Amino acid sequence: MTTINLTALTLADARDGLKARTFSSTELTKAFLANMEKARGLNTYVLETPEHALKMAAASDERLAKGAAGPMEGLPLGIKDLFCTNGVRTTACSKILGNFVPTYESTVTSQLWRDGAVMLGKLNNDEFAMGSSNETSAFGTPINPWRAKGDNKHLVAGGSSGGSAAAVAADLCLAATATDTGGSIRQPAAFTGTVGIKPTYGRVSRWGTVAFASSLDQAGPIAKTVRDSAIMLQSMSGHDAKDTTSVDLPVPDFEAAIRRGVKDLKIGIPREYRLDGMPAEIAQLWEQGMKWLKEAGATMVDISLPHTKYALPAYYIVAPAEASSNLARYDGVRYGLREPGKDIAALYENTRAAGFGKEVKRRIMIGTYVLSAGYYDAYYVRAQKVRTLIKYDFERAYADGIDAILTPATPSAAFGIGAMSVASPIEMYLNDVFTVTVNMAGLPGIAVPAGVDAKGLPLGLQLIGRPFDEETLFAVGQVIEDAAGSFHPAKWW
Amino acid sequence: MSVDQTTVKRIARLARIAVNDNEVEHLQGELNAILAFIDQLSEVNVDGVEAMTSVMPMVMKKRQDIVNDGNDAERVLKNAPVREDGYFVVPKVVE
Repeated sequence: MTTINLTALTLADARDGLKARTFSSTELTKAFLANMEKARGLNTYVLETPEHALKMAAASDERLAKGAAGPMEGLPLGIKDLFCTNGVRTTACSKILGNFVPTYESTVTSQLWRDGAVMLGKLNNDEFAMGSSNETSAFGTPINPWRAKGDNKHLVAGGSSGGSAAAVAADLCLAATATDTGGSIRQPAAFTGTVGIKPTYGRVSRWGTVAFASSLDQAGPIAKTVRDSAIMLQSMSGHDAKDTTSVDLPVPDFEAAIRRGVKDLKIGIPREYRLDGMPAEIAQLWEQGMKWLKEAGATMVDISLPHTKYALPAYYIVAPAEASSNLARYDGVRYGLREPGKDIAALYENTRAAGFGKEVKRRIMIGTYVLSAGYYDAYYVRAQKVRTLIKYDFERAYADGIDAILTPATPSAAFGIGAMSVASPIEMYLNDVFTVTVNMAGLPGIAVPAGVDAKGLPLGLQLIGRPFDEETLFAVGQVIEDAAGSFHPAKWW
Repeated sequence: MSVDQTTVKRIARLARIAVNDNEVEHLQGELNAILAFIDQLSEVNVDGVEAMTSVMPMVMKKRQDIVNDGNDAERVLKNAPVREDGYFVVPKVVE
C-alpha cells in the first residue's frame, strides 16, 4: 500500500517508482482510470480503453518482475485519436470515419508499446487536426482544467491536440501523443501549462497517423516536464521504412541532453515576432525568458527573420492544398460513413457533405481552389517559393552561429469556449502566428510553461532549434523550467 | 482574387462536397476572407526562388519492386460500409 498520489507523478518519477517496485503498473493504471472516470466532464477522452489498459499493465508488471523492462515500461499514456490503433476505434474526431477500427498500428504507437507503455484511451482533437481550440471535434470541445481566477467560465485547451494537453494537465495520463501541423502541439501545451515538442520533420514516422498536410505534419509528445517530453520523444522517434520522409539518422539520447545547460549558447531573438499590439504580459514573459537564459550563461542576439509575416498566409495555401488531396480518400466506399446517392458522384458528394464538419469543408474547398487549373502557379507554387524564403531566413540565422531561437509560444492565454464563434476564420488562424513558421521550415520547436497572466492562466515560451537538434531545445527548455517552476491547475472538476 | 457564387459551386463540385444553394453565400464570404488574407503573398518578390519540394533535404528512398504485402481481402474490406462477395459495392457506374 502506498500513500503517493500516483497520478501526480512525473513520467520520469513513475518510471523510477516502477523499476524500484514501489508500486505496480496495475496500481498506477487503476489510479489513472479512476481519475478519468471522475473527469469525464472535461471531455478529454473520446474513447476509454480500461480493459486494454489493465491487460497491458499486467504484462508490464510481469516484465518488470523479470527485470526485462523497456524504457517506457508500465507507463500509462493517452493517445490522440489521430493515431491508428489496431482493433481500437480511430476517428480523427470526424463523423466521416464513423466507427473505423484500424487493422494496423501506427508506427509511433507501436514503438511506445514496444517500449512497454500502456494505453489508457484515445484523446479528443480538432477534426482531422484542423483547428486551434479543439472546437471542430465531432465529439465536442474538451475543457481546459485551468480557469481564470474568480471565474467559472470554461476555457479551451487549445488545438488541435486539446484533448492531449488537457488530459496531461488534469493528471488523466502521464503524457500523451500529439501531432503538430501549424502549432497543434505547442499552442495547447502553452494553454495548459504543459510541455510540448514538435520534432524536426522526418524525426518521427508519419505512417499510420491520419494525414492532414503531409509536408508539415509531425508527431510529438505533450508531457508534464521537459525531461518527460525527452523520454517520450525518444521512444516515438526513429527511421521507419514505411514512411519515405522518415530520416535515417540515429536518435540521440534526449534525456541525457537536458542537463547540458546553456553556457555560451547564442539565443536568437527575432525582431519580427514583436507584433504590433502584443499584450504586455506576453512581452514581459519573453523578456523574463531572456533574463533567465542570460543568468544561466547564454547570450541573447537580435536577429531578423524577414519573411515571418508571410508564413501564415503561405500556410493557408500549402496546408489546405495538401489536405484537399489527403482527404479525397473519404469517399463512402472503403470505410467510414456512407450516404446514398443516385449515382457514384452523388454518393461521394452526399457522404462528404454529411461527414465533414464546417472547418474541414472550408479547408478542402480552399485547397481545391488553389490547386485548380489557372490558379496553381499564382497560389500554390508562389506559396512554396515563399516557404523556401522562410527556410532561408532560419538558415541564415543558424549560419551566423545562433544555437536556438526564443519566442513567445502564443499571442495570448487560453480563451473562452465559443469566444471565436463570431470571428472570421482568420482570427482563429492567428493563434498559430508564432508556431507556424517552424512547420513551414521543418524545424524542431518546443513550448515550455514560463509563467501565468494576470488572471492566473498559464503562458508558454517557444524555442526553435536547428534541424535535428532537439537536444539543444531540451537543454534550453530545462533551464526555463528550472527558473519558472511547474504549473498545476486547482482541481474543480 | 475573390470568388463568385458560380465559382463556389464549381469548387464544391470539384471537391465532391454537396452544397445547398442557401449555403453558397455564406461559403463565398468565408472563402473570400481567406483568399484576401493569402493574397498578401503577392507583395513578396519570389523572382529566381525555387519552390520548395522537400523541407528536409533527403534522397528519395527506393525499394525493390517486389510483392511484400497483400492477399488479405478480409482485412482490406473489414471497414467497408457495403460489401459483397469480397468486393466493395458502389452504385452502377457503367451502363
